[in-house]
Parts: sequence; C-alpha cells; structure tokens
Amino acid sequence: MRELTLHLLDLAANSISALSQNISIEVVEDTISDRLCMSVKDDGKGMDAEMVSKVVDPFVTTRTTRKVGLGIPLLKAAAEACNGSFKIESEPGAGTFVKAEFQRSHIDRMPLGDLAATFLTLLIGTPDVHWTFRYKVNEREFLFDDRPVKKELGDIPLSEPLVINFLRVYLSDGINSIRPQDYM
Amino acid sequence: MEKVKSLEDLKKLRQEALEKRTAKAMSGQKEIIVGMGTVGIAAGARETLKAILEYIEKENLTDIVVRQTGNIGLDSYEPIVQVVIGDQPKVSYGHVTPEVARRIMKEHVVGGVALKENRIEG
Repeated sequence: MRELTLHLLDLAANSISALSQNISIEVVEDTISDRLCMSVKDDGKGMDAEMVSKVVDPFVTTRTTRKVGLGIPLLKAAAEACNGSFKIESEPGAGTFVKAEFQRSHIDRMPLGDLAATFLTLLIGTPDVHWTFRYKVNEREFLFDDRPVKKELGDIPLSEPLVINFLRVYLSDGINSIRPQDYM
Repeated sequence: MEKVKSLEDLKKLRQEALEKRTAKAMSGQKEIIVGMGTVGIAAGARETLKAILEYIEKENLTDIVVRQTGNIGLDSYEPIVQVVIGDQPKVSYGHVTPEVARRIMKEHVVGGVALKENRIEG
C-alpha cells in the first residue's frame, strides 16, 4: 500500500466482510501536536481476544482462498515505524475498532492519498452499509453521514450519474476546504 | 469550478433522476462488480472503480448497479472487474487498469460486446 487511504479502504473491507451495518471512518490531523490519526469503527461480528492477538500476526486470516492476510500487520508496522501506535479493540457480536496513529511529519509516513475517492467508492460500492466519514484538521472538520442523503433519494440508487456527481463534488469540496496547505 | 453542493440540491436532483429513469425502458439490469480485497486494493482497484464511476457520470448512464466485493480469489489477476448484463452469464476481467475499465464500459456495458482482451476464463 502506498497511501494511508488505501489502508483505510482495506480496514473498511474487513468491516464489510464482518457483516457490519454501521461503519465510521475518521481521519484526524493535528499540525500543532504533529499527529495523524485514523480509525475505523464497525458493528460487525467482532473477534475474541485470541483472534485479536492473532490478527496482527501475518500468518492469520479468516479467508479461505489464501492463507496469509497482510493488511493489518503492514499498517501496524507502518504506524510503529513513524513514532506512532496501533490498536485494535474488538468484542464478538459487538464490533471492532481499529486505530493507527502516526507522527504527521515523520519522513517515513505514507501520504494520506485520495480521501475523497476512498469515501466515494465505499459509499457507492457498498450502499447497504450506513457510512459516517469524519475528516478533521486542527479545529476544522468535515462530517458526512449518508443517512440524510439516502433518505432524500429514496429508491434512486447511488450509482445514478447525477447522484455520483453530487457525492463526488460534495465530498471533494468538503475535504479540500479543510485540507492543510502543507498537504501530503 | 463547480458550486459547492448542499443537501438542498438533492431534492431537485432526485426529481431529475426519477424522470430520466422512468423515461428509459427497464432493459436488462446491468451490474458491475469490482473486487476490493487487500490484494485488489493494493493492485489499484480504487482507481479502477473511480474510473468506472467517472465514466457513468460523464456519459450519463442510468440504471447501472455498481458494487464492490471482497476477495474474488484470483489474486494474480487483480484488479478484477465482473460484468453481468441481464440474464447473460457473468464475464470476468483481470488486470483492469482505469484505461481497461473505460474500454469495458464503452464496449461491453454500453456497446454490448464483451472484450476479448483481459478476460479470465471459467
């Protein structure tokens, strides 16, 4: 993975596989304390303590087509290499919370990448999930909850061209308006 | 630069979208599935899906279902895109870059003729 947002996409894919109905993604940048924190919270099937302790091990995965899952171990290694931290909290039947924190200015920190495209593809590609996206830079934040949009649209699918246009512009404007100037 | 969108715009948009949909005969559901497991994402599936959405938006294509799925199980072919049109059998494509995705949209999804290149058999 070359971007942090690709890791977010990977974490979100895990949440979808865990049959979550509500998934919240947060990215918080603090230029003063020099931290970048991202997290994914879901209400999927969760994991027991043993599975949680194993999931950061590259030789554990629930998938059956291939035996090695690398998404989470790679993210953990990336965070720890950037003077950061990584944690997973999970409970069977309740859901999972994954959080990775980085020193924002660390030379090895991956660029955040295309946050708007990440949110857009998740939102449209998995319309049955209730998504909440939050992007915060210092004291300014952009919050997107798909519920009012879906309520307003009724039976119009999110993949209709007018809707794609609306969501694409809405998300990228919201994100770009608070994106730090030294953005990377 | 487009004007900042607000949720108010959605009401108008819903009406427009409804008119477009009813004007069109419901001719065979078209579904596009993009594999978004760890391997697919690392191989560029987000850019592939983004290119598909941009094509739908640009060409104003209505009544197309786009969805993502987990690992399809053919890692070396990622990014993988599958196309289902009406009751025709599912067609799978491998190594779908944004450029290949636009060709699939143009020739297969709109034109009705599946690509010979990038096909995954079986």
